[in-house]
Amino acid sequence: MALEKQSRAAFWVTVLPPTLWIAVFFLIPLGIVWAYSFGHNEGLTGVAITGTFDNYIRAFDPLYLQIFGKSIAVAGLTTLLCLIIGFPVALAIVFANEKMRPLLLLLVMLPFWTNLLIRTYALIAVLRTEGFANWTLAWFWNQGSTLAALVGLQPFPAYQPLELLYNNFAVVVGLVYVHLPFMVLPLYAALDRLDKSLMEASLDLGAGHLRTLFSIVVPLALPGIVSGVIITFVPALGAYLTPDLLGGTDSQMIANVIERQFKRANDWPFGAALSFLLMYATFAAIALRAYLTRGQPADGHGI
Amino acid sequence: MDQLAQRTQDAAAHKPIISFRNIVKRFGSMTAVDNVSLDIMPGEFFALLGPSGCGKTTLLRMLAGFEVPTEGSVLIDGQDMGETPPNKRPVNMVFQSYAVFPHMNVADNVAYGLKIDGLPKDEIKARVQEALDLVQLGPLAARKPDQLSGGQRQRVALARALIKRPKVLLLDEPLSALDAKLREAMRFELSQLQQKVGITFIMVTHDQDEALAIASRIAVMHKGAIAQLGTPSDLYEFPASRFVADFIGSVNMFEGTLIKDGADEAVIACPDLAPYSVHLPHSAPGSAGASVWVAIRPEKLNLHKNASEPPAVPDCPPAHNVARGEIKEISYLGDSSIFHVQLSSGQLLRVSRPNRSRYEQEHFGWGDTVWVSWAGSSPVVLLS
Repeated sequence: MALEKQSRAAFWVTVLPPTLWIAVFFLIPLGIVWAYSFGHNEGLTGVAITGTFDNYIRAFDPLYLQIFGKSIAVAGLTTLLCLIIGFPVALAIVFANEKMRPLLLLLVMLPFWTNLLIRTYALIAVLRTEGFANWTLAWFWNQGSTLAALVGLQPFPAYQPLELLYNNFAVVVGLVYVHLPFMVLPLYAALDRLDKSLMEASLDLGAGHLRTLFSIVVPLALPGIVSGVIITFVPALGAYLTPDLLGGTDSQMIANVIERQFKRANDWPFGAALSFLLMYATFAAIALRAYLTRGQPADGHGI
Repeated sequence: MDQLAQRTQDAAAHKPIISFRNIVKRFGSMTAVDNVSLDIMPGEFFALLGPSGCGKTTLLRMLAGFEVPTEGSVLIDGQDMGETPPNKRPVNMVFQSYAVFPHMNVADNVAYGLKIDGLPKDEIKARVQEALDLVQLGPLAARKPDQLSGGQRQRVALARALIKRPKVLLLDEPLSALDAKLREAMRFELSQLQQKVGITFIMVTHDQDEALAIASRIAVMHKGAIAQLGTPSDLYEFPASRFVADFIGSVNMFEGTLIKDGADEAVIACPDLAPYSVHLPHSAPGSAGASVWVAIRPEKLNLHKNASEPPAVPDCPPAHNVARGEIKEISYLGDSSIFHVQLSSGQLLRVSRPNRSRYEQEHFGWGDTVWVSWAGSSPVVLLS
């Protein structure tokens, strides 16, 4: 009995603080924001919670729907690019020799340990008009021009720097760069668990590498692919800093609009409603994942 | 040795289906296979037998194309495989883990190889049915692998490999994942299956019982080389080295000196057996004075009740091929009992005795002093 009592005490001691922390700093504020979404501004600072659905109705204005749609498109494109780039990377790490593997995983995770703001500013340095990308292109352009002159051709016209920054292209590049590890790690976990003899069996039965990839590896790694897609898509959909710093006037995403409601527009109830619409979209994505991986054990074995 | 002559003749008549020629395989500084040459004939059930790390699996994977030899060449049906990839080789493999595709049902697993070959649907369907019937899995065609037992999964792997009609079927430790009772049954089924399909089977195993029971010919491997090649009874009754004698079955081994080596008689003095010696009614390898090992199988030893004089052994001078000791332990195995007899030198002898009668007239108990004897034809004399 004493032991049981002791373990019960230990249970509460370990469970209570984090629960309180989550309640006070996450659930309650979230509840307040949720409540705000059913209210309207009163005076300069007050919010009256009246149970109105006006904010949600306003969110379905074509102006905001378009930004929602655009955010989903940008996040979707980001996720697709991450998958296309991340799958071969994960596969390469799984098949790398054992000494190299931890190093390669470290390289994937390294950017995580650098501040997002710093990484984003570094991308600005790469993409801006006089940035490293344009500088490199200009170098090749000028070399080409010199070479052309040498063989007696007309030298090229002066190099026109590409507009790489402050547009949708820059936003997608930034989002792919930031979110790639989110895709690679779950893919790596899923592929690493895969019994290598299944791939060997496929080769042995006459399948080429590509056929083996699509008939055996991809279907068996599906839980990892779905996890990677969700884990990449959700934060990409709510991206704020990347479109803010790298985007142009037409590349704002839904998070930028929400920020504006809370700050410059001082319309907290509408900002709250937009926030919750974003959360519902996230829930839908997670529910979709649960649906797609239903009936499978969590570890991805024995599908 | 008529048998051997016969086999040599057969070998000349047929072309080998598999030829390993001076195969060397190194992984970094480790040599896994060290200059192996081996011919395997069509229709054989061949076993590569050896302890883990002896190179047997590497050899099998070279046939399948998952490993490429560092030196030497692999020929399948006379064709040098070189770096031919696994999917272009006329062999198929049953993997140790069976590697049944978990996301496909039994029929799809079996059909996989034929679908890749692009065969017409009707033919695939007919051949899948045929292959499933062959391994008695017909009624389970729609099951998923996680609804199958280990034995059934192995049958799926067998059907999936055999449906491709390979020239050679490779089996990597085919029975190691099954429980003891099922393993016995599958041994029999595997040899039945091989006779039915008439394809050459090559099996890798570390289980000597399994190899002896199934294979028509066995290569015992040790440290990357072939220690001995022969039929199961060759290996058991005529081991070529202490390693083979010890690895296949169990054996009593004595170190000794060849003191007399005539045309029809040899005598070996073993310190562990003193004051008695080992007598053979035929010549022994090595010359007089050579140091040799004498190996005797436990079932070839006889137990006698204690007496003042050693028992007489037929066709053998007195005080030869006998030993006296005390029973230290008895392992009752049901069909037989193993007696551990300690000699005065301290060496333990294993004596195996079949339990022929349910009521033992001649009882041997713990602590009894007994005589042990053996026929002159029983010992094997080994030089290495």
